[in-house]
Amino acid sequence: MDNQATYNYKVVRQFALMTVVWGIVGMLLGVLIASQLVWPDLNFGPYFHFGRLRALHTSGVIFAFGGCGLIATSYYVVQRTCNVRLISDKLAAFTFWGYQAVIVACVITYPLGITFNKEYAEMEWPIKILLAIVWVAYAIVFFGTIAKRKVKHIYVANWFYGAFILAVTLLHVVNSAFIPVTMWKSYSAYAGAVDAMVQWWYGHNAVGFFLTAGFLGMMYYFVPKQAGRPIYSYRLSVVHFWALSFTYMWAGPHHLHYTALPDWTQSLGMVFSVILLAPSWGGMINGIMTLSGAWHKLRTDPILKFLITALSFYGMSTFEGPMMAIKTVNALSHYTDWTVGHVHSGALGWVAMITIGSMYYLIPRLFNRDQMHSVKLIEVHFWMATLGTVLYISSMWIAGVTQGLMWRAVNPDGTLTYAFIDAVKATHPYYFVRALGGLCFLGGMVLMLYNVLRTVTEGKAVDARIPAVAAHA
Amino acid sequence: MTDFYSGFWGVYIAVIVIASLIWLAYLLKSQTVLKLKKGETAEVLHHKWDEDLQEFNNPLPAWWVGLFILTIVFAVGYLIFYPGLVVFGNVWNWTSTGQYQKEVAKADDKYGPLYNKFINLPIPEVAKSAEARDMGKRLFGTYCIQCHGVDARGAKGFPNLTDADWLYGGEPAKIEKTIAAGRHGAMPAFGAAFGEEKIKDVANFVIKLSGRPHNELRAARGEATFKQVCAACHTPAGTGNQDVGAPNLTDKIWLYGGSEATIIETVTNGRNNVMPAWKEFLGDGKVHVLAGYVYSLSHSETK
Repeated sequence: MDNQATYNYKVVRQFALMTVVWGIVGMLLGVLIASQLVWPDLNFGPYFHFGRLRALHTSGVIFAFGGCGLIATSYYVVQRTCNVRLISDKLAAFTFWGYQAVIVACVITYPLGITFNKEYAEMEWPIKILLAIVWVAYAIVFFGTIAKRKVKHIYVANWFYGAFILAVTLLHVVNSAFIPVTMWKSYSAYAGAVDAMVQWWYGHNAVGFFLTAGFLGMMYYFVPKQAGRPIYSYRLSVVHFWALSFTYMWAGPHHLHYTALPDWTQSLGMVFSVILLAPSWGGMINGIMTLSGAWHKLRTDPILKFLITALSFYGMSTFEGPMMAIKTVNALSHYTDWTVGHVHSGALGWVAMITIGSMYYLIPRLFNRDQMHSVKLIEVHFWMATLGTVLYISSMWIAGVTQGLMWRAVNPDGTLTYAFIDAVKATHPYYFVRALGGLCFLGGMVLMLYNVLRTVTEGKAVDARIPAVAAHA
Repeated sequence: MTDFYSGFWGVYIAVIVIASLIWLAYLLKSQTVLKLKKGETAEVLHHKWDEDLQEFNNPLPAWWVGLFILTIVFAVGYLIFYPGLVVFGNVWNWTSTGQYQKEVAKADDKYGPLYNKFINLPIPEVAKSAEARDMGKRLFGTYCIQCHGVDARGAKGFPNLTDADWLYGGEPAKIEKTIAAGRHGAMPAFGAAFGEEKIKDVANFVIKLSGRPHNELRAARGEATFKQVCAACHTPAGTGNQDVGAPNLTDKIWLYGGSEATIIETVTNGRNNVMPAWKEFLGDGKVHVLAGYVYSLSHSETK
């Protein structure tokens, strides 16, 4: 078969399978560190200590699980919506092996304590450089394919994938600016409050462009595909795309309220975080309303359940986020487990669920099958994931608000009512519930792995043919 | 404007922020011209991707546009009252530091008298007052337990406050001074000056001082070094000197530990320890009440 007559599914298959694998690894680490908070005796030696594994968990789920999911789907979507094969199979293969090398390097170095002192960017400088190279290659493959497209208009999913790829390049390069000391040790090129601001400009835009824009790209393809309905509103997608891209860039300072950051920066960060509410909800509305006219499918289709529940959690956490960015609320929520709960309502509810739903759509198609080995197992997975997420976020809400209230409680003589340890003790039962929620979510992923393995072994890796472009496209 | 080295940055940020807000408003306006009449359904746009992907062109939901505009209006108001654009000045001179200072002053007005009423009472009397002791205990729970522990029995490097042993003296005035002005305990490092053998000798002599099993030969050699060097602070008898915070080495109370290995570590590397000064932060009234509480910990007759 002529190579140019088919889509490159090989790289999509590779990334898709690794999405499931890294998902399990990352979430297993999550369950482990959640258990360490319940039973501190589980901190074994320096290598498996909470302090080192926590970074591996966050990077594992965000960049390994989420990243592989984003690259897999973006390669799939960009080919199918542009009616053209990826511009270079070799470069695409390089992005796969390069990206996996970065992940494996992190898995080895983080437990050894070889880390850079920036949250969500703990990799040391040689790995940072490799990631930058891989990412640029990814950008070349993606935008090169768009440039070669056979259809005139660029589909909305690709706008979001494109914004995600561009912004992450910028974020990674600027935030990673380092001064190397030895082969495996470097320091940030920035200092003091500036360093903190650069870090959270990076940190919050990782949320905005990696965890939001990227997954909205996923949403804009897989929701209408699975629902079999047109996108609700083209206009809405235009407005919320540009508004989102403009506004997220400003929101970082809300991570640094009531710190040495200048007042004006905190004020700007807060108002732009509040403005973010509507643009974020624009994406949720467009996704959920796409289902209007096909609501009945939600009853029977577990993939759609994943996708629509993901959008609901997205709406919920993007309401919660702006609220928590308001300084008065932040005074209560900051440094508590409420933040952890908020992050996971986004991470489990939105990012993981939209990815899982998309993978259940994608994987059978990559292996020449109509659907997954067992639809019933998808349904079970859905309920486990939902229950896990609800247990997680509700326990962390209660824990967080309890901590915030206990920390600020004062006696009639102005002294603190509770010592720090009192709040820790009060939180302990909720840590158990959280670990249970995480375990439930992980259990669902194990079902998924089984289901995927069965689907893959029963199917056949076939690259789909590129259809002729319809005349009016 | 003091946040910037040059006035340019204030202007730069203001221009970008205002342009962004105008752009958002324009974006909204440009896309809200479309409205559906009652009963009318949105058209499907003609483009098609990947066989069946299409888009309706529904108008923006009105409530959503309203929400969007509301947040922009809120933003403008907030930026005026809590200045985000420093180039336009500060309408009511709000700063977070000012806000903090106001809150502290208010709290001082409210709580200050509760503590200040004890200020003229001698510390042993403060220690006898159940009310003062309770307040002191709560102060201790807020500011002191991080190092000295909930039970005030200390930890490695942090003195036990419930025994009768004091580094700087347990008289009321000394306790109050320790809390108010803080202490800085420094034991010099002798690793380079003595060398390994000599340090082991000294360590054995120190163990002998507190009457515990030791190597007699080493202790004899170490005694010479001790009398020559260490005695300057710890006194020839090893009983210590509270004026410089040099611990008594003849009792069995150890700040860092009394094993041979730990003593060797202490002599080799020295020790550096800080008790923070609380006068500025807490004020005289609270320090006095706290001193009364700490005094009561080692004086059972006060309870």
